Amino acid sequence: MQSAVDVLSWILLAAGGAFVFVGGLGALRLPDFYTRMHAASLTDGMGTILILVGIMLQAGWSLAAIKLIAILVCLLLTSPTASYALANAALLSGVEPGNSRAGKAEN
Amino acid sequence: MELFGLYNYWVFAIVLMTGFYAVIAKGNFIKRLIGLSIFQSAVFLLYITMGKVDGGTAPIIQEGVTDQVYSNPLPQVLILTAIVVGISTLALGLAIVVRIKESYGTIEEHEVQSLDRSS
Amino acid sequence: MVILFAVFLLTLLALTAVAIVRTENLFVAVMLTGIFSLLMAANFFVLDAADVALTEAAVGAGISTVLFLGALALTAEHERSVVSGRWLSMGIVVVTTLILIYATFDKPRLGDPRAPVHQHVAPWYLDQTPELIGIPNVVTAVLGSFRGYDTLGEVFVVVTACIGVLFILGVRRGGYSPSPDGDRLTTAGSGLRHHLIPKVVGRLLIPFIVLFGLYVLFHGEYGPGGGFQAGAIIATGIILYALLDGEAQALKAVPRPVLMGMVVGGATLYGAVGVAGIALGGSFLDYSVLADDPVKGQQLGILIIEVGVGLAVCGSLLSIFHAFAARGRH
Repeated sequence: MQSAVDVLSWILLAAGGAFVFVGGLGALRLPDFYTRMHAASLTDGMGTILILVGIMLQAGWSLAAIKLIAILVCLLLTSPTASYALANAALLSGVEPGNSRAGKAEN
Repeated sequence: MELFGLYNYWVFAIVLMTGFYAVIAKGNFIKRLIGLSIFQSAVFLLYITMGKVDGGTAPIIQEGVTDQVYSNPLPQVLILTAIVVGISTLALGLAIVVRIKESYGTIEEHEVQSLDRSS
Repeated sequence: MVILFAVFLLTLLALTAVAIVRTENLFVAVMLTGIFSLLMAANFFVLDAADVALTEAAVGAGISTVLFLGALALTAEHERSVVSGRWLSMGIVVVTTLILIYATFDKPRLGDPRAPVHQHVAPWYLDQTPELIGIPNVVTAVLGSFRGYDTLGEVFVVVTACIGVLFILGVRRGGYSPSPDGDRLTTAGSGLRHHLIPKVVGRLLIPFIVLFGLYVLFHGEYGPGGGFQAGAIIATGIILYALLDGEAQALKAVPRPVLMGMVVGGATLYGAVGVAGIALGGSFLDYSVLADDPVKGQQLGILIIEVGVGLAVCGSLLSIFHAFAARGRH
């Protein structure tokens, strides 16, 4: 039983790591500001859920797990909001979608 | 393990001197303050590194556990207060930079100096 | 395994520091400073300094970024790249780095339990804290009781810096008319007032941030936390409110006189606990006499001074923030 939980948690952690890695790759390689931000924010959300659930399985049903749930709820609220605010600010300050040069200048 | 035994100190030296470079070579006052805060962070790293003990945990005594090794609490106390004092003094520096900008219209050292000379 | 992780984090730290110094866009530099602080906090955590990591994350990544951005909005975003004596500075820096690295070969390696730093007072603190003070967090015990004089001094440094900022930025603006660069804060001063999503989510989070700050304050004797961290976290929550609803709203929620009261009251509360120790027949900042049982007295004293520290730090950071924000509106 314990080893099954361990294996499941390691699979979740590895999958989460893979999502974050892909997100990082997208943030570096995609052509303009919006696609890069999109890559980073989406994979970040999925990666966070997988990694935190993986750690929760390691922690077992304890105070640590409840703290992790609180962190998860907080991150699920803030991370998309931050992405929205970032995209909105970029649009308001005149970064055109699809214009790779404007995206590069942002960097 | 032995190989990396001094790695923290090397990173400390590099980060310290990177901050120092910004302070002595850059003319922009805000950049200098950023350099100063990097310099400060490097010192924090040095102290906290010295406080680490092999196999230790954070110095929060666990009840009923007798053979637990704890890291040195003293450097942590010194740095904890130093971080908050650091942000206060940084704010003071930034306030002075804002006033310099208002009276000179610039925050570059050579421009401030030439304005001083011409007046 | 942990050592690999630590080496990775430290390498990132050094790279970030170099990137901060190299970039000529100050805005990018400030954002990188936030990343630098988070990496530093992670490093502190790897090195067993949970309290320090919490402080660095709240102060370095949160408040110092906001202060830098406030100052940037009032000054200039780009650095003009005139570097005086670049090669001379570079030479000095490289030579000093090499000397420092050479000097490290005489230092005990990381985590050596026989290092001189672990021989003197630290074992005494670890031994005596459960007996004399009876709280699990040794960092809080040393901060509040054994080295209470130090902490009192630090709190007064924070208060003095706050007074200095208020004096420097509080006076009315002189003859220089602001550049268009400096005017940006005026238009952005209303915060994210017209953006529904950040506003709704932010408002939802602010009570929990303040609640977490209070938890950190009153749980500091049992886990990582204490007055300095709590003050910074609560200040972050209120600064978030100011960013969402505009600075005027935040001042309505926590008015200037209240802020001043927090700064002065917090520092005075700390000092008053010390004087109460004298009045009850002990020495300055000796909490043992505050209650019948010396251990209870110590705990009570630490709790009160942590509240004082929290009030002073929170009030100072918020006053400094408002001083920068108000400067843009003139």
